[in-house]
Amino acid sequence: MAIELRPLEQFAIERIVPLHIGGIDVSYTNAALMMTIAVVAATTLMVVATRRAALVPGRWQSVAEMLYEFVADMVDSNIGQGGRQFFPFVFTLFAFILFANLLGMIPYSYTTTSQIIVTFALAAVVFILVTAIGIIRHGFYFLSLFVPQGVPKVLLLLLVPIELLSYCIRPFTLSIRLFANMLAGHTMLAIFGGFAASLGILAFFPTAINVLLVGLEFLVAVLQAYVFAILTCLYLGEAVHLH
Amino acid sequence: MDLASAKMIGAGLACIALVGAGVGIGNVFSALISSVARNPAAQGQVQPFAFLGFALAEATGLFGLAIAFLILFVF
Repeated sequence: MAIELRPLEQFAIERIVPLHIGGIDVSYTNAALMMTIAVVAATTLMVVATRRAALVPGRWQSVAEMLYEFVADMVDSNIGQGGRQFFPFVFTLFAFILFANLLGMIPYSYTTTSQIIVTFALAAVVFILVTAIGIIRHGFYFLSLFVPQGVPKVLLLLLVPIELLSYCIRPFTLSIRLFANMLAGHTMLAIFGGFAASLGILAFFPTAINVLLVGLEFLVAVLQAYVFAILTCLYLGEAVHLH
Repeated sequence: MDLASAKMIGAGLACIALVGAGVGIGNVFSALISSVARNPAAQGQVQPFAFLGFALAEATGLFGLAIAFLILFVF
């Protein structure tokens, strides 16, 4: 009794509302639907939780305050002086990725962050913002970011290109990290689920391990949102303070 | 060698990348344990970095795993 494995089927994009403008396919897809749900869910949580704000927070207000304080701590400790003006940006990124990842964990829903174009768009926004802030704040001196201090002059010939390259591939590493985690995690769940399903009555032990793997995936979903946000903070801190 | 077996071998080779992830994650948490054992008061400060390191190390291994899945199920 072999069950055919199609673990990548869950990432297929389907058009819900077909729409073509000037030869460009801008259909409303299931990925776009999940992104809308993520934005609406995050906004609703924050708005509803703080609508009747009390000095002693209720359940929902506690959740909202924990999220707020978590990101505020992260911004303060990683950007430092003058970091609070970037708080709305970092919080928005964190909330969107967190909700997109967690909503993707619901069976038969869709994980938007498993599409590389989504994560690349997010990472490209971060990269452009960081570069723009660095150039606006420091002008020509922004280039000193690529020159490590206290290094013999001969080594600079080697180190400056390396620093420059590692700066330029940041949007790619940032986006591929999130995309690969989501893609590999959900594919792994589908494959192991398929193994368990093909065993029939003996499926108890594989299913128990699958439950643990789902727990790991929840950890990864939260952790990757955290990593994306904290790396954004580190990059912003570098651009603001130059080393 | 036909294509199907070449794909299997390729996917197996791609999974070697997970060795690095295993070593990296082990390093991260062994360093966390030894630092917390020396100075338990530092746990709150060190733990976020440990999880950052865990996620970064795990991601590199997952690149390899993703390649293995792509070889097996896409091409």
